[in-house]
Amino acid sequence: MTFSLLMQRHHKHCDEAFAAAEAAASKCDWTQAQEQCAFFVRALEDHFRAEEELLFPAFENATGMIAGPTQVMRMEHRQMRELVAAMRAALERKDEADFLGAAQTLLIMMQQHNLKEENILYPMLDRALAAQEASLAAQVNERLAASFCAV
Amino acid sequence: MAIHPNLSFEQAPPWSAPMRFFLTAPWFGVVAGVLLCWAGPGALQSRWMPETLALVHLFVLGFMLQTMAGALMQFVPVAIGGNIWRPLWVANVVHPAAALGALALVFAFLTQAAAGYLIAALLLAPTGLAFALVVLVALFRTALQTPTLWSLRLALAALMITAFLGATLALGLGLGWELPYLELTDVHASWGLGGWALVLLVGVSFYVVPMFQLTPAYPAWFARVFPWAFSLVLVFATAALRAAPLVAEWVRAIALLLAAGYAMVTLRLQAQRRRRQVDATFLFFRTAMLSLLALALGGILEAMSVFADEPKVAVFLGVFAIHGVFVSAIEGMLYKIAPFMSWLHLQRLCRFGMMPPTMNQLLEESSMRRQLYAHWAALAFLAAAIFWPALAQTAGLALALECAWLGANLIQVARRYRRFRDHIRASARDR
Repeated sequence: MTFSLLMQRHHKHCDEAFAAAEAAASKCDWTQAQEQCAFFVRALEDHFRAEEELLFPAFENATGMIAGPTQVMRMEHRQMRELVAAMRAALERKDEADFLGAAQTLLIMMQQHNLKEENILYPMLDRALAAQEASLAAQVNERLAASFCAV
Repeated sequence: MAIHPNLSFEQAPPWSAPMRFFLTAPWFGVVAGVLLCWAGPGALQSRWMPETLALVHLFVLGFMLQTMAGALMQFVPVAIGGNIWRPLWVANVVHPAAALGALALVFAFLTQAAAGYLIAALLLAPTGLAFALVVLVALFRTALQTPTLWSLRLALAALMITAFLGATLALGLGLGWELPYLELTDVHASWGLGGWALVLLVGVSFYVVPMFQLTPAYPAWFARVFPWAFSLVLVFATAALRAAPLVAEWVRAIALLLAAGYAMVTLRLQAQRRRRQVDATFLFFRTAMLSLLALALGGILEAMSVFADEPKVAVFLGVFAIHGVFVSAIEGMLYKIAPFMSWLHLQRLCRFGMMPPTMNQLLEESSMRRQLYAHWAALAFLAAAIFWPALAQTAGLALALECAWLGANLIQVARRYRRFRDHIRASARDR
């Protein structure tokens, strides 16, 4: 499986988890919201780390582009992590409005980020890392597989 | 196309470049509401009344063109990765020129002053053409390949055609040229509302509808075919207008069918959304799509001569096109764009572990909801006033209220943005 397909599929998985967490919080079902939010954050973190620890370094080694697109994606991961922190803080306070506000902001940030990755970066990864696709994809898959079943 | 795009899309324009358009546009709607109160029932009886033309242009130039231009200044760099040349400079020219041009044209319609027409043409045509060119250049230089891209390019080409035709009409009226005014106006209106505004809305929908509600993507064939098919149909309609008016009428009905197709695809995608959260933007978008279906149905029946040339039908179609489709969609979009871009700018300024206010802290959902209800009321009163003229003044009041509320909501975003920005700067100085 190409990196594009693999990572795109996991984006969809993160979207599903996001929607479930948001739906629970909007009903003020805080137990469910805690659970779904934890599931979402786990999926998101696994995704970020598969990129930051496996795919991006491999891409940077293969192309020599250290300060290029991967750096920008790392910065956006940081922005999204701040919003996730805001969501969790609101969850602790059981503050529905603040949770949904941070969630909505994260949603747009996340979708813009995904589109950039899916349309530009992943095709670049597929080309640059074609030689190591089999071994690297297995590692990435293993990292992401955990978040599919961990509830 | 850049070989190694760095994905930073860092050329997001300064906050004030798009925001100034959003802050002034609603007040043109307020003026339109006041004008309707003053003009009374006459303004909603036929599309050719001077007050009607003034009302329409307060919306299409003052409200729609301004917000669409501002939104493109933000959307093209941030979402499409096309960097607009000197955005602040472009905003400094386009914003006042478009605003003054709109006012000059409205003044000309109401007083028939030749100078008003000439000033409007000289301000609006070069501005429209130059703005379209600057954005087109950015759109041809992006590395991103999305279904939105061709819609935006074709829409901007249609904006240039609209500006050219509009300027021809205005110069003709100002200088007393003999022109086929009725036909030219029809062509001008179909390129403006169809080729420019609708194709732009469609292209932006390809991007934002899946994004806001986590719906499936628009079918790839639909996204590829729609902008071309719709634009080609308009070319045929224009070409046939003089040679075969009856054919032109039917070709226009095909354009309306295509538009209805877009509305139905959008409603279907929204029904399959994974994000169940119903927010104001979602309801604004639904209103726009249902209005588009009503408009298409009315337009097709009119093309089949069901209404025997009743002049009120054209007014009804205009109300649903402008207020029902575009004002709804634009208000819904503004409620995402203005808070999100303000958050993005604040987020970049924050360096000391500070948390900028999130979108809903910049503008509460309840404020948007209440303004949405005012919008629905205005739409209902406008539609009713066409058939019960006694309601015209009430419709004008509702329109002014709706737009003032939108303006107040956007001012709220701007005030909170500035307050937090100053707070960040102050704490940076104190360190």
